Amino acid sequence: MDFEPRIIGIACNWCTYTGADLAGTTRLKYPQNVRTVRVMCSSRINPSFVIRAFQLGADGVLVGGCHPGDCHYGTGNLYARRKLAITKKLLEFAGMEPGRFRVEWISASEGNKYAEVVESFTNDLKALGPQTRFRIGKERGGGQ
Amino acid sequence: MSRIGVFVCHCGLNIAKTVRVSELAEFAGTLPDVVVAADYKFMCSTPGQEMIQNDIRKHNLDRVIVAACSPLMHEKTFRKVIENAGLNQYLLSIVNVREQDAWVTENEDEATAKAKALINGAVYRARLLQPLTARFIDVNPDVMVVGGGIAGIQAALELAETGKKVYLVERNSTIGGHMAQFDKTFPTLDCSACILTPKMDAVLQNPRIDLMTSCEVEEVKGFVGNFDVKIRQKARYVDHDKCNACLACTEKCPGKGVSEWDEGLVKRKAIYIPFPQAVPQKPVIDRDACVYFKTGKCRLCEKVCPQGAIAFGQQDTFREIKVGAVILATGYDLMDTKPLLQYGYGRLPGVYHALEVERLFNAAGPTGGKVVMRDGKEPQSIAILHCIGSRDKNHYEYCSRVCCMYSLKFAHLLKEKTHGDVYQLYIDMRAPGKAYEEFYNRLVEEDVKFIRGKAARVTDQSDNPDFAGKLIVEVDDTLTGSFIRIPVDMVVLSPAMKPRADAKEMARLFNLSTDKYGFFMERHPKLAPLSTMTEGLFIAGACQGPKDIPDSVAQGTGAAAEALTIVVKDRMELEAATAVVNPSACCGCQNCVRVCPYGAPVFKTDKQVSEINEALCKGCGLCAASCPASAIYTRHFTNDQVMAEMEGLMQF
Repeated sequence: MDFEPRIIGIACNWCTYTGADLAGTTRLKYPQNVRTVRVMCSSRINPSFVIRAFQLGADGVLVGGCHPGDCHYGTGNLYARRKLAITKKLLEFAGMEPGRFRVEWISASEGNKYAEVVESFTNDLKALGPQTRFRIGKERGGGQ
Repeated sequence: MSRIGVFVCHCGLNIAKTVRVSELAEFAGTLPDVVVAADYKFMCSTPGQEMIQNDIRKHNLDRVIVAACSPLMHEKTFRKVIENAGLNQYLLSIVNVREQDAWVTENEDEATAKAKALINGAVYRARLLQPLTARFIDVNPDVMVVGGGIAGIQAALELAETGKKVYLVERNSTIGGHMAQFDKTFPTLDCSACILTPKMDAVLQNPRIDLMTSCEVEEVKGFVGNFDVKIRQKARYVDHDKCNACLACTEKCPGKGVSEWDEGLVKRKAIYIPFPQAVPQKPVIDRDACVYFKTGKCRLCEKVCPQGAIAFGQQDTFREIKVGAVILATGYDLMDTKPLLQYGYGRLPGVYHALEVERLFNAAGPTGGKVVMRDGKEPQSIAILHCIGSRDKNHYEYCSRVCCMYSLKFAHLLKEKTHGDVYQLYIDMRAPGKAYEEFYNRLVEEDVKFIRGKAARVTDQSDNPDFAGKLIVEVDDTLTGSFIRIPVDMVVLSPAMKPRADAKEMARLFNLSTDKYGFFMERHPKLAPLSTMTEGLFIAGACQGPKDIPDSVAQGTGAAAEALTIVVKDRMELEAATAVVNPSACCGCQNCVRVCPYGAPVFKTDKQVSEINEALCKGCGLCAASCPASAIYTRHFTNDQVMAEMEGLMQF
């Protein structure tokens, strides 16, 4: 069986989560590899969430927020942008392959973009294979 | 130990078609702490809701998970459901198995597997959920309406009628909007001014409406129930408190400016009222056209003003108002057709756009209602070109909805006024309104020539001597399959209705989402068409998408009712999911104080720790993620809850 990567998505309520809903209401089709956690703002994302997702065995982590400047809370995603850029560097410094952590700005009207991002990220991760560097404990869980 | 109930909705076949719902419920029943799991056709219906409530009582549930549509759709519904059964409303988790699962794949196995993982994640999170107490805030009873077109006027009048105070903010020097430019309105052909100007006057006379013309919203702070709005009063250079509207100034003024109201077809004075029925009836000075402002000499208006109202030294001023709700009715722009070189607008003098033609028809227009072209001649043949920029993937993919109908109206009026030949070049004739199709049938009887095809080009070049001096419209007639060239004197373009040029800035100012074109996005396309994602902020009219007058008026009234649901209350409930500081862990670094956009965290110097003012907190969680000591947690989105959910998601 082909390797099916498992992606943890963390999406802000106002833009990316709503954009993902729009992809659904317009019946776009994309791979089912992403499981999304909803937070109110991308600025809520603690870098430890990302690291934890990898420890839990995620093959990729996708963070989605409003476009910089369009944050529902004004400036939240500007902080998120800086923090997540450092997180990315930290992950790579600690040995994570580049390309497993992706941050995308997807607005509530960009259902198309959401579907495209999930599709391309899934394909990238398929090429990278299973993530083992950060995973703690048991083998990949069942289900897939 | 939690006692969790999982309820799986079929949503008719929306979910059940792709997700094996009974298998899902069975699976959920096997998860630790889940004491009951069931599926039902429509969980949001009365029987579905009762099923949840009965199970809460019967199984003594302390957590509820509903696997259904997006939480953005029905989280509030199900919160009420469990609250009415005695559970705290925050002990609910919604699993989105519709928008983000069943609707985005056709593969049953994949969809069901994903749904299982999502439910497991929700179970993990549900165990850690905490009951929260709602907060209440006082509500300011006033409303601000932005935009004084027909939608905004309607909203303001309706609200004032209920006894509420309304601030009506309009950037131009008069209210009326696009509708004030029209001559007749379809399909009834009643005169636009006759139905609009009484409403404009009613706004002026209403003591509860504070009409703020030449004003723009500068800054918006606060939130539902308590918006603080800063408004810029642009300098008019005329003191409207002193002015008695005698308009002696406008007669003497030597300055010439472009008449926006007449779509630039004629000049107007530098000190002017936009049109004779403008509200308020008081002039303003166009700085760019004023001789005094340009040369330092003139001041004729000042000399003739009996009231001493001219105020060349006037500056922009600011005013701050507080309102409980806001209605945006900022309207649309007409697409600029100049870049569409194939139609020759701006190059060929015989080519007009729709609003210019409205002005040519209008008795108060530049030609006194006579249809004469720029060369002074009356056209003997006219072609009306539909869908210029609309229904065009290169420009605006959507249908602008009003153009077929006003093009039919133009055809009727052109026939009446010129007795010339009128051609309609259309892709499809769209007449989906009350008495609209009948109007189309009437026009068919009136000997208007209908050609089904989108015009490809307008040119004044031809080898055919019969076409000399004519504009030639080229079109593929899709009914006969032939390419034809029609010589006419006048061409009327029906361009797309598009978002205001500054719609994006407006959206940022008010924290709104826009669709891919720039129209303001409604909360839900069917069930909440006037609400936005920002609570207390409503939209009406063409700022949301192309609309005709009846729809804009209906939305104005609707938005007034929506705003009233907020300002009618003295107090309202707020989300309880706020941030809290654990004082024993706080290191006093004040990162939270620096990052919070709302000033909610306050540093207490006596205790050397931060505290969060819950009345100001919006629950975004920025401070929690910025706290180096992890001393701040965001209720309902705690670190533990998020990480537990991820753990659950990764197990399947």
